[in-house]
Amino acid sequence: MALLEVRELSVRFGGVVALDRVSFDVDAGQVVALIGPNGAGKTTLFNVITRVYRPSGGTVLVSGRSVQTIRSHHVIRHGLARTFQNVALFRSMTVLDNVLVGDHTQTRSGWLQASVPLPGAVAAESASRKRALEMIDFVGLGAHAERPVATLPFGFQKRVELARALVSKPRLLLLDEPAGGISHEEVDAMARLLRRVHTDLDVTMLLVEHHMAFVMGICDRVVVLDFGKKIAEGSPAEVQRNPAVIEAYLGAA
Amino acid sequence: MQEFLQLVVSGIATGGIFASLALALVLIYNAMGLVNFAQGEMAMLATFVAYSLVNRGMSFWIAFPVTLVLAFGGGIVIQRVVIKPAERAPVLTLVIITLGLATLVNGLAGFIWGYVPRSFPSPFSPDSVDLAGVFISYRDLGVIAVSGLVLLCVYLLLQHTTVGLTLRAAAHHPEASRLLGVQVSWMLALGWGLASAVGAVSGMMVAPILLLEPNMMQTIIIYAFAAAVLGGIESPLGAVVGGLIVGVTVNLAGSYIPGVGGDLQLAVGLGIIVAVLILRPNGLFGRAAVRRV
Ligand SMILES: Nc1ncnc2c1ncn2[C@@H]1O[C@H](COP(=O)(O)OP(=O)(O)O)[C@@H](O)[C@H]1O
Ligand SMILES: [Mg+2]
Repeated sequence: MALLEVRELSVRFGGVVALDRVSFDVDAGQVVALIGPNGAGKTTLFNVITRVYRPSGGTVLVSGRSVQTIRSHHVIRHGLARTFQNVALFRSMTVLDNVLVGDHTQTRSGWLQASVPLPGAVAAESASRKRALEMIDFVGLGAHAERPVATLPFGFQKRVELARALVSKPRLLLLDEPAGGISHEEVDAMARLLRRVHTDLDVTMLLVEHHMAFVMGICDRVVVLDFGKKIAEGSPAEVQRNPAVIEAYLGAA
Repeated sequence: MQEFLQLVVSGIATGGIFASLALALVLIYNAMGLVNFAQGEMAMLATFVAYSLVNRGMSFWIAFPVTLVLAFGGGIVIQRVVIKPAERAPVLTLVIITLGLATLVNGLAGFIWGYVPRSFPSPFSPDSVDLAGVFISYRDLGVIAVSGLVLLCVYLLLQHTTVGLTLRAAAHHPEASRLLGVQVSWMLALGWGLASAVGAVSGMMVAPILLLEPNMMQTIIIYAFAAAVLGGIESPLGAVVGGLIVGVTVNLAGSYIPGVGGDLQLAVGLGIIVAVLILRPNGLFGRAAVRRV
């Protein structure tokens, strides 16, 4: 059984068909890229997987369970985490606090414990801080843990978001344009970082990216969307040679 | 000089009252992006509850925490029953709901307790203490101590507990928070409960100074708006500093500017709102508005 199964998935917004009967799988341990011109439906697909949008047809299964049956604040407990195309951080908070929010479901304390600093809660909290700081180190921001994220450059913010997603120990990580809007050197650093996420932390990834070199560098398989339809699927090399894919990208340019 | 210092201290006491209500406004503003026009009326209702408890022979210092707990619960109930059904409605709809709620609560209090002003016992001695020639009343000191303690508790809850962290996260970015496992809807309810309790403090502190009646908070809420706007409407710390500045300013203006006693003091509060909105729309602690996407 695949970790993620997208089955005949359709999403309509009024007259716009954002996704049209899309199907593909992501197996545990894979790194899969989702590519396609702007407006192809990539972000919409992420939004369905993470329960932000409801599909008009089809299903998404995570470890065999339909995401439709999972409440959105329980998505994280099913090992699913994501980053956002435009970075959805808590801007006035510090890097550490942002990552701590990502960790809070790990500290299984009740309401009272979480609001009153009882000894048990204090211990749980320091464990939580330790995990958060380790993850901040992992993404290379150890020196910036106490800074408000709004003061950080965009490339750093992307890594904060990555740390916040990773701290919950997801099995499947969805990355929406991890290399979008960052500088050339940062793109290479991000590719190296994601390779470590895959190998060191053993996280399966589905990522949206336009940057072809980036995709070629880290992905096992590529799924191509165009106008909401899947037009190709295969290894990065196969997909690059595929006439339909070339046509979609040239047509969009 | 002594008179000036006395006015400053009693201004700080009044400011603590404004600050509590302003903080309540800021908590809701952060959670929903709107001003809760019923905040003052909710505080008034809580004060009537405290009044009834004290009238039945309960000591003020027991009635006070009991009222806070009831106000907290009441705030949660209001959010669940009145606000949540309209969660996805446009902001204007929600604003109108809070206006309706204000009218409703006011009418309810009038129906139960009537409109005849009642005296609310002050828990503090009416005496003054002589600090190097400056006479400071225990009432002012008491109000400063109580509001200070409550504001400190809210600060610790928001900044140093996991619930506070997730509450801020939910207010800040509901969609992202939900996917990180935050129960956003309950966090909003918790925010309403907290705001309701903090607002109740202002009611119970002001009632011994004014008289208790259903319209008691209607001038206080204007000062609280002024304080919240001055502080940048999004900043809890700003609300507190704003409250103190407004309290002291109004107190000094009332004594030193001829003609500004009594009713015209409110004009000073309104003047502060207008001046801030024109000169510094983001307030003292506000960040430049970032468009939400
Ligand atoms: N919330 C929404 N309401 C209406 N239309 C939407 C919404 N989200 C996405 N769309 C539309 O769905 C299509 C796919 O968008 P999106 O998934 O963001 O594309 P991509 O991420 O591949 O660039 C676009 O035509 C977009 O305008
Ligand atoms: Mg997109």
